[in-house]
Amino acid sequence: MFTLQLDAVVPMLCVTLGALAAMGGEALRGRGPRMPVGWFGIIGLAGAAASAVILWNPTPDAFREDFGVIVADNFGLFVTIVLAAVGILTIMFSSQVIHRDNLPAGEYYALLLFSIVGMIMMATATDLLVIFVALEILSLAVYVLTGIRRDDLSGTEAAFKYFLLGAISSAFFLYGIAFTYGVTRSTRLSAISQYLSAQSMSADPMVLIALGLLLVGFAFKISAVPFHMWTPDAYEGAPAIVTGFMSTGVKAAAFAAFARVFLSSFEPFRDMSAAGPGWAPVVALIAAATMILGTVVGVAQGNLKRMLAYSSIAHGGYLLVGLVAANAVGKAAILFYLLAYSVTNLAAFGVIALLGARDRANDSLNDYAGLWHSSPGLAALMTVCLLSLGGIPPTAGFIGKWYIFQAAVSAGYYWLAIIGVLTSVVSVFFYLRVVVMMYMAEREGAPQPAHVSGFGMAALALSIAVIFYLGILPTPILDFANDSIATIF
Amino acid sequence: MLLTLSWVLPLAGAVLLLLVPNRGGSRDGVIRWLALAVSIAVFAVTLGIWMRFDGASAEFQLVERVPWIPAFGIDYYVGVDGISLLLVVLTGLLTPIALLSSWEGIEKKVKEFSVFMLALEAAMIGVFISLDLFLFYVFWDAMLVPMYFLIGIWGYDQRIYAAVKFMLYTMAGSVLMLVAILALAYMHSEATGSYTFDLLGLYALTIPAETQRWLFLAFTIAFAIKVPLFPFHTWLPDAHVQAPTAGSIILAGVLLKMGTYGLVRFAFPLFPNAAVEFAPWIAALAVIGIVYGALVAMVQPDMKKLVAYSSVSHLGFVVLGICAMNVQGVQGAVYQMLAHGVSTGGLFLIVGMLSDRRHTRLIAEFGGLKNSMPRLTAAFLIITLASIGMPALNGFIGEFLTMLGAFLWDPRFVVVAGLGVILSAVYMLWMFQRVYLGPITNEKNARLADLRPREWASVVPLCALAIGMGVFPSVFLTPMELSVRKVVERVQAVQPVQAGNEENTMQKANGGMQVVRVSARAVR
Repeated sequence: MFTLQLDAVVPMLCVTLGALAAMGGEALRGRGPRMPVGWFGIIGLAGAAASAVILWNPTPDAFREDFGVIVADNFGLFVTIVLAAVGILTIMFSSQVIHRDNLPAGEYYALLLFSIVGMIMMATATDLLVIFVALEILSLAVYVLTGIRRDDLSGTEAAFKYFLLGAISSAFFLYGIAFTYGVTRSTRLSAISQYLSAQSMSADPMVLIALGLLLVGFAFKISAVPFHMWTPDAYEGAPAIVTGFMSTGVKAAAFAAFARVFLSSFEPFRDMSAAGPGWAPVVALIAAATMILGTVVGVAQGNLKRMLAYSSIAHGGYLLVGLVAANAVGKAAILFYLLAYSVTNLAAFGVIALLGARDRANDSLNDYAGLWHSSPGLAALMTVCLLSLGGIPPTAGFIGKWYIFQAAVSAGYYWLAIIGVLTSVVSVFFYLRVVVMMYMAEREGAPQPAHVSGFGMAALALSIAVIFYLGILPTPILDFANDSIATIF
Repeated sequence: MLLTLSWVLPLAGAVLLLLVPNRGGSRDGVIRWLALAVSIAVFAVTLGIWMRFDGASAEFQLVERVPWIPAFGIDYYVGVDGISLLLVVLTGLLTPIALLSSWEGIEKKVKEFSVFMLALEAAMIGVFISLDLFLFYVFWDAMLVPMYFLIGIWGYDQRIYAAVKFMLYTMAGSVLMLVAILALAYMHSEATGSYTFDLLGLYALTIPAETQRWLFLAFTIAFAIKVPLFPFHTWLPDAHVQAPTAGSIILAGVLLKMGTYGLVRFAFPLFPNAAVEFAPWIAALAVIGIVYGALVAMVQPDMKKLVAYSSVSHLGFVVLGICAMNVQGVQGAVYQMLAHGVSTGGLFLIVGMLSDRRHTRLIAEFGGLKNSMPRLTAAFLIITLASIGMPALNGFIGEFLTMLGAFLWDPRFVVVAGLGVILSAVYMLWMFQRVYLGPITNEKNARLADLRPREWASVVPLCALAIGMGVFPSVFLTPMELSVRKVVERVQAVQPVQAGNEENTMQKANGGMQVVRVSARAVR
């Protein structure tokens, strides 16, 4: 009997159709003017977002659309909406980049959309093997996108590094799944959870190994220390807008899966008990190290993309704090922070992408000198994004950090909260450096305003509106996030 | 509505100014007048708040409360009491004066300058009227951004270093306060089952003494950096000297008061046990700051730096008065906050006028200015004497009351603080002599223009207030009296009743008040 509910996969299907349309449109068009392939993507993503909103269950009862391995619960749907927003903004920023740099449009959009399909799958999957499949789908597309500029040496090197390290970490992840299967005889998260809670008193070494390996796999994807080495090189070599997509979408999907796996299935092994160690202290240490390393090394960077790479490592650390706190506030905080961070980071990378040129990336700090004089609007928008990343009110980043630290303090992790706030101050230092360059440094020659396409302007305006909306009136989205976690945790 | 209007109006003005096209500075004049008009309107609103304020009540008045983030019990909750009322009026007064001072000093990007000044005013007023800790923190951090830009773009040669140092130093302190605020909210939710950031609700919380110590320290670090309390003062000389004149006026006149206001409003009343325990240490640091600031000010060759260090010194009195935690001490502290705002604002104003004319701030470059600019000299003399604390001017009331309060608490501090009074006379009068008295030593000083009408407009209110506050102190003391009493009672409630604690202080307080009133009448 076909008892699986197809409603659960509708968001993914929308995006898949969009991707197929993009692929088909590019393949079947004749020579001549470009097709507006990006529109297929936007329509598909808008469809995914709309269906996610429709599927979202406002009454937190246990009913959710269940496709067996994919479950459209509120948590996954929230992340789906975040991913759809990320996708739409990326496409809007990409149109100018593709036109300017003569990138292969059809392949670019198809890869982007397929990657988003993988991300949505990863966020809504309830089976470890499906999470792995989704991980591979999204990763392979992103590897290719990293090196999409085929004549760019640093891009190719970045793609290769990312691919090699990513493949190794996926192998770790798979090995962890194998151990989990060996212990629990299932890869379905609910079955694992049942088995482990029954067994929680005796710490089976196999379970600990499985936990460790899964942690390595996830930590790589979210760039947690010490599995973060690939991030600065990959982010620097990729085209700026792809970097923006990677730093936000991949992190969102990976965190969604991380939270789902560790906070629901491996929940019994969270704290140190009489039986043996738990994963919470380890993840707490990783979080602290990530925050510290991300900010401290970020201070030394002169390339803006690299600097933002380290900043996104640090933001991964803040999200990990929310994961460690693991109370209701913490889980909702992860969701809210993912939204705030994704929009902000994507906007920042969007500005970098729009300011680039065909022959040079214009991403070193000195290229931003005097931007206020040539493009005051872009400078102001970049400043707002940087202030939001630094956690300065009244922006979305401030509310996100507030929420995360509230979770940490409520759970008793005062030391993590203190490290978190102090690293925030350090990060403000390198964000301010860009602001100093833009506003207080002079550039020789007449100021030339940067050319920004209509789509790019619209995307920037949308991002800034969201940043201020989340910063000043966060209540609807906060309640939305709070209601999204009730079903599975 | 009036309170919300007081911060929305400057913010709306800032946004409005952003929309005025000003390519290449073509509409600088319009923008300057518009900004001035908005700031004067805000001042009128603050005066309106004062009119509506009822000095006979110790409660918060003109309260507005709207749920903002119900999930966390965060409300948009604003109100004034006697302590914050006059600080709000001070902010409203100093902003137009600062804008006037920048009329000729700021040449480039006038629009953005005015926008940042008005945004800063909105944030400052917001800090003083917030009664919800989250809202307070939002305004507190938001205030850093415009100030950073003001110093960093329109400042002097080391401006970027000074601006970044200012921002990071202040933020480092305030983020620790953030953790403490979160801990407070969590404790409230543990005790009563619901989160809240409402100040009055948190006042009612009983916190174990050990926890109180940590939370008090976290709050105090943030405010100590702002005051600035020795040894957290190192950001101040750089920020003050490198800021443009308008920035210095606002920084010294208002921003420093936020630190002391925070101590009176948050740190001491929320954690009375820890406050009483740590007060002697904080007072010791304050007194060290008084003397240290004075000594370092004495050897400064740069006028602005001298005034900056004098701020460190004078605000030590404020902190000393707060630590005494009796009515005279705290009233004197709040009064000194206002007096210092007026007098230091005036000092920076006139030093700015000198530096606009000669493009230097070195004392050695000046000399004998009374011959070419007698009116400026007269104004500066009034402000200087007010800053020193000469009777009949406002500084005297503030310093006298704080030292009286401190003496009633622990006389040893006053002995050292009294030294600071003498030293402040030394460095200020010595600077006055070197700059203004004697013959003209430098040719360039002979032809300097005296006060222009615009400069008259900015200097006269401050001089008038310096004299008025000194001769009619009760106009300013009366509104704050009941609120101060309430704060003092709250902190004193945890102290065991010592011999002659409450009764004697009341009598001495009245005696002190009588002394002040008698002297005021005698002067008249």
